Amino acid sequence: MAQPSLTMFEKIWRRHVVVDRPDGYTLLYIDRHLMHDGSAGSFARLRARGLSLRRPDRSFATPDHYVATGGRGLGAIEDSHHRGIVAAMAVNHARYGFTVFDIGDERQGIAHVVGPEQGITQPGLTLVCGDSHTSTHGALGALAFGIGSSEVVHVMATQSLWQRKPKAMRIAVEGNLGFGITAKDVILAIIARIGAGGAIGHVVEYAGSAIRSLSVEGRLTLCNMSIEAGGRAGMVAPDNTTFAYLHGRAFAPKDAAWDKALAYWRDVPSDEGAVFDKEVTLDGATIAPMVTWGTSPEDAVPITARIPDPSSAPDAAKREGMERALAYMGLQPGTPVEDVAVDRVFIGSCTNSRIEDLRSAAAVVRGRKAVVPSWAVAGSGVVKRQAEAEGLDRIFREAGFEWREPGCSMCVGMNGDTGKPGQRIASTSNRNFVGRQGQGVRTHLVSPAMAAAAAVNGRFTDVRKLAQA
Amino acid sequence: MEAFTSLTAVAVPVDLPNVDTDQIIPARFLGRAREEQAPAMFHDMRRAPDGSLRPDFPLNQDGFSGAGIIVAERNFACGSSRENAVTVMVDNGFRAFIAPSFGDIFFNNCFQNGALPIMLPEARVAELRAALHAKPGANITVDLASQTVTGPDGKIDHFEIDSFRKDCLLRGVDSVTLTLSHASEIAAFEARQKEEVSWL
Repeated sequence: MAQPSLTMFEKIWRRHVVVDRPDGYTLLYIDRHLMHDGSAGSFARLRARGLSLRRPDRSFATPDHYVATGGRGLGAIEDSHHRGIVAAMAVNHARYGFTVFDIGDERQGIAHVVGPEQGITQPGLTLVCGDSHTSTHGALGALAFGIGSSEVVHVMATQSLWQRKPKAMRIAVEGNLGFGITAKDVILAIIARIGAGGAIGHVVEYAGSAIRSLSVEGRLTLCNMSIEAGGRAGMVAPDNTTFAYLHGRAFAPKDAAWDKALAYWRDVPSDEGAVFDKEVTLDGATIAPMVTWGTSPEDAVPITARIPDPSSAPDAAKREGMERALAYMGLQPGTPVEDVAVDRVFIGSCTNSRIEDLRSAAAVVRGRKAVVPSWAVAGSGVVKRQAEAEGLDRIFREAGFEWREPGCSMCVGMNGDTGKPGQRIASTSNRNFVGRQGQGVRTHLVSPAMAAAAAVNGRFTDVRKLAQA
Repeated sequence: MEAFTSLTAVAVPVDLPNVDTDQIIPARFLGRAREEQAPAMFHDMRRAPDGSLRPDFPLNQDGFSGAGIIVAERNFACGSSRENAVTVMVDNGFRAFIAPSFGDIFFNNCFQNGALPIMLPEARVAELRAALHAKPGANITVDLASQTVTGPDGKIDHFEIDSFRKDCLLRGVDSVTLTLSHASEIAAFEARQKEEVSWL
């Protein structure tokens, strides 16, 4: 009898079942646990309950949320509570013995940048972290999702999690992406299409020729924002692009183990004919550089569009929501997006702070001047060093950008890196929520190249014009 | 963890869709002791930039004082995984949340904190919110054993919940205790996996 066709998600799930309960709950084994400074509270709870860290060899940590980016080290963190949270990592490391890339280590950075970069993230694994953007790691064909701090304690103590199996969704982007279109534009176009709750309860597999042609870094950006569509996780099938990316990384297998792993990884992608609970297809050729105008990531439009008019909303509730968002954002309906001026620019975050992101922004900035305050924040010390070796830091600095130390920075609004009320920020981060970058701050999500274009023109600009000039 | 059996309480409507956990507790209040976080619940939705209470936000209206249930819109508590979004509401007396849909991580986090997220059809949730606006201070009853919600109109809705989650809530036990009783299965899995993915 032929084997049933399975999705990639289903295969990984089945390989990690520890206990299947008759009521549909599964105790799922967790291969890799990533932790960050915010996990300090979970360590305190673990200890208070008299429990130990079951698998220090499967646990990895790096501080990112609370670190300062204006300087390096604990001393640069102004808030004493935050300093204490970051300092707890060394104490917990000494106590529990997990792998740490602490604040003085060049490998420190944003957990979702560090995991793939170090080869900790691999195809076919289950990976969790107490952070919603853990969906990022699915870019390498892992099943990766964010959990809360109680579930972090659970994973620390048992290396497993109780889960009800999510549904499977396939989002195919077919065709060739146009000139100047990045993974960020693709994911914003997807979220605009399916909505901020469009993938609730689903693990999303991104497929199609446009996705296969993305680099691993592009796939990381794509999967990163799965959570902004409500997805439990996002995944891309591992292929030769993935394997080439992993080869030689510190925690990737080597020599004979590499060959064994490769055979395992090649069996991870969905089988021909696998059935998904939900399918969506987009035409990659029609995607333009995207800009968000509102306070949900689903509020995204092409740079060539105008700010939408609430009077065109399908119902009263939607109209009221749009009016509220436009009032917060200080925007008039009908204004061409390219006429919207920005006050600041932020290039960074687990969405867009990798070397390719910095190269793409630097290519736009080169030989030009930022006309508004602009920051470039590398996602890790490794990315920062590589960017410096390539001279990207010089390009940014000469254009008037601040070149800062690695961390979550202005994406998360909890480490001192925030905007001022009323400021309008072109940001490569993942959330344009009310107050996300500081109280009253207006966030517009864009790609690194689009952020760079906004920096040098002081307003949103179709980066395709700049690149051609 | 405190058990959840049944709850009759004033219910408050929150009408916006996609209310993210940054709205429930803004990031600047994280990184503080739990006891200090309680006043931060819905801080920037409740308050104008000058700190004054916004009269149009239902939680600020006298009729809804002492509320213990929130009736929300679709994709409630989406976004950040911060469990503080659950604990800050629990610490303000809210133990049940009714919405057409929830952010997945928030939904899971509720069960770790003795709180019950309930999904009902969109039209019925809209009806409940309208009833609460029409009669501020009206009660809703949530009964976990029978899996029912009784609205201010007396209408009873049945809701679905996994028996695993239901059992843990009714008994007030968290899953770590339960999982530790499966230690031998976890060890057996690890022994099998050691060969299969020996490079890890």
